[in-house]
Amino acid sequence: MQNVVIKLENVSKQYRLGNVGTGTLSHDLNRFFAKIVGREDPTMKVGVANKLDTIDGRYVWALQDVNLEICDGEVLGIVGKNGAGKSTLLKLMSRVTSPTTGDIKIKGRIASLLEVGTGFHPELTGKENIYLNGAILGMTKKEITSKFDEIVEFSGVKKYVNTPVKRYSSGMYVRLAFAVAAHLEPEILIVDEVLAVGDAEFQKKAIGKMQSVSRSGRTVLFVSHNLTAVEQLCTKGILMQNGTLKMEGKVHDITSAYKQMSVDENELRRSGTRVMEFLDYKMSDLSGKTIDEVFLGDHFSVTANARSNEQIDFCDMTLDIRNDSNEFIGHITNADDAFEIKNISKGKTLGISVTVKNISFSPGTYYISLWLGNSYGTFDYIENCIRFTIKQGDKFIGRPFPFDKRAKTVLQSTWNFK
Amino acid sequence: MNTMTNQQQANILPDEWTMILRPKRSLLDINLRELWQYRDLIMLFVKRDFVSKFKQTILGPLWFIIQPLLTTIMFTIIFGNIAGIPTNGIPKILFYMTGIVGWTYFSTCLNETSQTFIKNASIFGKVYFPRLALPISVVISNLVSFVIQFVFLLFFLAYFMIKGSNVSPNALVLWIPFLVLLMAGLGLGFGIIISSLTTKYRDLTHLVTFGVTLWMYATPIIYPLSGIPEKYRIFVLANPMTAVVETFKTALLGVGQINYIHLLYSFCFTIVLLIIGVIIFNKVEKTFMDTV
Repeated sequence: MQNVVIKLENVSKQYRLGNVGTGTLSHDLNRFFAKIVGREDPTMKVGVANKLDTIDGRYVWALQDVNLEICDGEVLGIVGKNGAGKSTLLKLMSRVTSPTTGDIKIKGRIASLLEVGTGFHPELTGKENIYLNGAILGMTKKEITSKFDEIVEFSGVKKYVNTPVKRYSSGMYVRLAFAVAAHLEPEILIVDEVLAVGDAEFQKKAIGKMQSVSRSGRTVLFVSHNLTAVEQLCTKGILMQNGTLKMEGKVHDITSAYKQMSVDENELRRSGTRVMEFLDYKMSDLSGKTIDEVFLGDHFSVTANARSNEQIDFCDMTLDIRNDSNEFIGHITNADDAFEIKNISKGKTLGISVTVKNISFSPGTYYISLWLGNSYGTFDYIENCIRFTIKQGDKFIGRPFPFDKRAKTVLQSTWNFK
Repeated sequence: MNTMTNQQQANILPDEWTMILRPKRSLLDINLRELWQYRDLIMLFVKRDFVSKFKQTILGPLWFIIQPLLTTIMFTIIFGNIAGIPTNGIPKILFYMTGIVGWTYFSTCLNETSQTFIKNASIFGKVYFPRLALPISVVISNLVSFVIQFVFLLFFLAYFMIKGSNVSPNALVLWIPFLVLLMAGLGLGFGIIISSLTTKYRDLTHLVTFGVTLWMYATPIIYPLSGIPEKYRIFVLANPMTAVVETFKTALLGVGQINYIHLLYSFCFTIVLLIIGVIIFNKVEKTFMDTV
């Protein structure tokens, strides 16, 4: 059994919305004294059973019943939509605030990077801020002095180290702040979306540094919306949704689930009269297994179940395919194959499947929108409901280097001397 | 309540966990060891306060002296000359200055500590370090300015002594370090309490500056304790700073009363205050970031 370094047991965090307190000092004092003495809260409304429930609906659970074990040396990626509870989880582990219920057990020194440049004072010079920021993050003065040259080197602000940081450009500021934090040497490092700042070069450098940190055997917890970075750096992942730990597992599974979650949401735009409607849909390979990825030149199927709510004489179905810049790239309809959908009685459910062969779009991410209707109108239209990627392989075309992203399609060709 | 069950040190816990974070915490737990570990940080905060105050100023640290000097001159003119309040035979300037130098340390400690949580909410929200480190750094950096002002005061004292005034500093001067500690304790104690309360009730900060000024008038700074009629003296004596300031003045100027019982009262008051402060601070510390 691997060495567990962080263990969360039934951890929950509750926040109060709106104004805090009963609103007046006297009522609050009343409540405070009652609490000390052990009596019931005199200001609580009659009928409210559990103090932790919503009192006037003004409480929210940012985290609910999180149970998690993190082992030594793991690099854990934490993903989820905004508001899922990722930052709250990190704040709890960083001791910035404490849990409402539950325990967090920690073995080893934790250093958190929740924000770049914490404690930086604009009047102080770069050098003074390195010391201050380093000390705030938990380093001793000796440690900072021993790493000082490395930090300055990494940040690239050597010439400006004796100028007050209020004169720095925002890029220099961010590089310096990250440089200090990057040289922390705790057993457990917690990083919250700080890689989102800075230009591309900085991001590359930052990810490189994170990689070397994780390779050195430290435990790292990493929150990011940049799924590529998460996949590059992390070994394990967790998916947070609405304050609960939705899923835990291998990092690629987690990132796929997260991507699919963004598509699955009710915010999917859907329109139509619904005299006939889609019940479900999926994309699969030719053996029927659900996939979200194909190789260039491969075949795939899209299967949808649709139910008719009235007698329908004839109907058409189309697939619209758009790329991730929302450009309309492909259009498939049942008429292409002379396939008729007709005489559907009321209440009947149909399963319709369309197979696409030799997909020749440029490698990238695509979205399929499904349309059901006829010349009189739209029955059901779901926008961008299936997301899939096309990967470059050598089956279709033997190009040994990546495709030019500007080209929308890929063409097969044979070459000869004449 | 058994403080051991919530203890955060490795050698006491089963499973060798370094730390267990729980919703509640024992009332009186101050992790002194942790504060010591963060001593570099405390000193850096002190340094930060100094550097940021005087960067890009012409007069720099001279401001430490100019402020009390100007206040002394103003008091001398208004209270000494115009209002004619007696000073027990001591040169007016010296009388007021001594009181002011003594009082300033306490008032700046109190004013600055009471704003700790609000002013530093942004740092507190992003990183953990023992929250007490900031109030302590305030007390230390004010100590430095106190020393500067004190030395300045000594120059004045020497000047007046050479001039032949009847001021006689005496062995009571040895009490001064203790008095400084008391002032730090009182400032820190009140400051922590107010700081903890301001996380919820912002308007307390306005009360503080106002209250401290009023408090000054309740302390024998612009008047000697002996100048208060007997029947009102008990009210002035209820003020813990009275004994401190009186002793300070008596030690340096040789005129006034020293009463060990009053000093004991101030001492006990300070201890109780610090305990209450720590209790309230602990209660608030863990979750104040949610409401500040």
